[in-house]
Amino acid sequence: MAIFQARTWLSRKAEVDIIDRLPTPFGLVRSGVAPDHPETKIVINQFSRVARHDRCSFFGNVTLGSSVSLLELRELYHVVVLAYGAESDRELGIPGEDLVGIHSAREFVWWYNGHPDCKNLDLDLKNTDTAVILGQGNVALDVARILLRPATELATTDIASHALAALEESSIRKVYLVGRRGPVQAACTAKELREVLGIKDLCIHLQEADLLKTPKDEEEIKNNRIQRRVYELLSKAATTGPSNPRSGQRELHFVFFRKPDRFLESDERRGHVSGVHFEKTVLKDVGDGKRIAVGTGQFDDLECGMVLKSIGYKSVPVDGLPFDHQKGVVPNIRGRVLHDTSGDPTLLEEGLYVCGWLKRGPTGIIATNLYCAEETVVSISEDLNLLASKASLPKPGREGLLHLLDNRKVKFVQFSAWEKIDSTETRLGSLKNKPRDKLTTWEDLLKVARE
Amino acid sequence: MLVSRVSRAGILMLRGLSRGKLTPITRAGYIQRPYGQYLQPWFERQTETKVFQGSIFLKHHNFSTTTTANASEEGSEKEETISVTFVDKDGEEQHIEVPIGMSMLEAAHENDIELEGKDSDTYLIQRFASLHLSNFVLLGFNERACEGSLACSTCHVIVMDMEYYNKLEDPADEENDMLDLAFGLTETSRLGCQVIAKPELDGIRLAIPAATRNFAVDGYVPKPH
Repeated sequence: MAIFQARTWLSRKAEVDIIDRLPTPFGLVRSGVAPDHPETKIVINQFSRVARHDRCSFFGNVTLGSSVSLLELRELYHVVVLAYGAESDRELGIPGEDLVGIHSAREFVWWYNGHPDCKNLDLDLKNTDTAVILGQGNVALDVARILLRPATELATTDIASHALAALEESSIRKVYLVGRRGPVQAACTAKELREVLGIKDLCIHLQEADLLKTPKDEEEIKNNRIQRRVYELLSKAATTGPSNPRSGQRELHFVFFRKPDRFLESDERRGHVSGVHFEKTVLKDVGDGKRIAVGTGQFDDLECGMVLKSIGYKSVPVDGLPFDHQKGVVPNIRGRVLHDTSGDPTLLEEGLYVCGWLKRGPTGIIATNLYCAEETVVSISEDLNLLASKASLPKPGREGLLHLLDNRKVKFVQFSAWEKIDSTETRLGSLKNKPRDKLTTWEDLLKVARE
Repeated sequence: MLVSRVSRAGILMLRGLSRGKLTPITRAGYIQRPYGQYLQPWFERQTETKVFQGSIFLKHHNFSTTTTANASEEGSEKEETISVTFVDKDGEEQHIEVPIGMSMLEAAHENDIELEGKDSDTYLIQRFASLHLSNFVLLGFNERACEGSLACSTCHVIVMDMEYYNKLEDPADEENDMLDLAFGLTETSRLGCQVIAKPELDGIRLAIPAATRNFAVDGYVPKPH
């Protein structure tokens, strides 16, 4: 969560405090971006420069809702911006969803990225040779790639050590990427698709019949460059891929036009998943040029010992925050938080703003978030102008927060303490020829931060 | 009044940032350690194309920091420059001379193409706003987040004359992947980090897309298509 304190905005002396529940900054750049995408993480350089700014402070290990409430923050600061994203998962709501062996992709991603909340994820990669991933977006492709890439190639990334060890022993050889719609509608981008298709010694499977395009598909492709290029890559993979895998060779199967109907329970291992029962789908027009997948009443099964659901993230509300449970976002107009979901633009929560996934839902690329942030900042600027004309009272700001945290014995982690974690991780990493070896437990992180 | 000034200043800053005005330290750091520990895995798994691009990138480095040495050692050929015009969203033009072999991204940098109206609060807040907004598809940071490693689309430029566009090598798959995600994509869009100065490009005009500005002014949210 980011907090913008703008006590003396007009004199251009605003202070900004960032609060994060983790002892580590950078949000998903640390816990979301795949370990084999180091070039994407270069942006941390820029983030760090901001965090080291004179008028900026980082308060890690401070949880909104328990360490400090939203109400308290709003009393302390003129402006509070919530940017805590989406830390939960959408659910399918189908039978068997809580069987052992079914995880959300978010948990798996947190696990391999060393997020301290998922270090002990009950992940069994040794009891099955088949994993089914539900969803075909970029997260799904990230997850498939991590499962299928030779572990030796991951060994020199900043992947969490526990994940590397488990992947080295993984018995998973077949990964199914299952989508409700067709290859034209696949929600990934060309870069990620190219990457997974290019994994060394990987056998790619997809049904050529699925690649047939309807006139509607042709139209969609014509109007969307990303979809067109993704489709072209898939077609190319279908025609060039080797058809018969050698024994033990890793396989990636793209499965289209299937929606999960229920999960199957293993007979031998009660409580464990043994497969997914799918309903075949077709695309149906619902107006506005939109098409959705609807069931056909025909079913088939896929056997597997692990399922990763990559069907979207969900934001979680905190006390005192208006929340649209249906859309999973905070009701807002251009980042200004609204009192309720009625959409009445006059009912504003003064000084409260939102941006990112919490504002728009968990979609879009990072640049979308940048524009999103800009929009919120413009709203704040406009409002502060008004606030200043009302000669509003000064607020305690950072001092008040420090006082409150001190009273509650909340041991926050400042940016300089994060830098200790950072250098420890880098040092540990250099011993293993990794860019960093992440500390993956709360205890380790906090211990190093306080050294 | 303030609003428009602030938003404008913010945008100008972002645009300035995209040329790295505020990032000299990082830039130097990165350039000097292309085979450093942090990036090694990335370089190791480059396709041929990318390795090639990587080497171009290293070449810029030589040109941008040791021009004199090169010139004296290798003769006057390397000192040749071409004339390039950057056109910003207001139609304002900046003419610069770019040494052969340098990318347009580096060239924009070296020439500090504008950074007027710097407003540190807006800068700070905007950096913040994006600090905690991340996403799994981390492809499009502002301020050339990838520092030239072909992992973002923030140095998107539009070649203004088709004639010049046709003189460029076709974009590689990797560049196209990033262009997919660029805002305001046109038929003659390229990434500035991949447009390398060569004699035939003398006189080229490059427009800097105005997506950011449009958005802040009318609330238009650009779609990444």
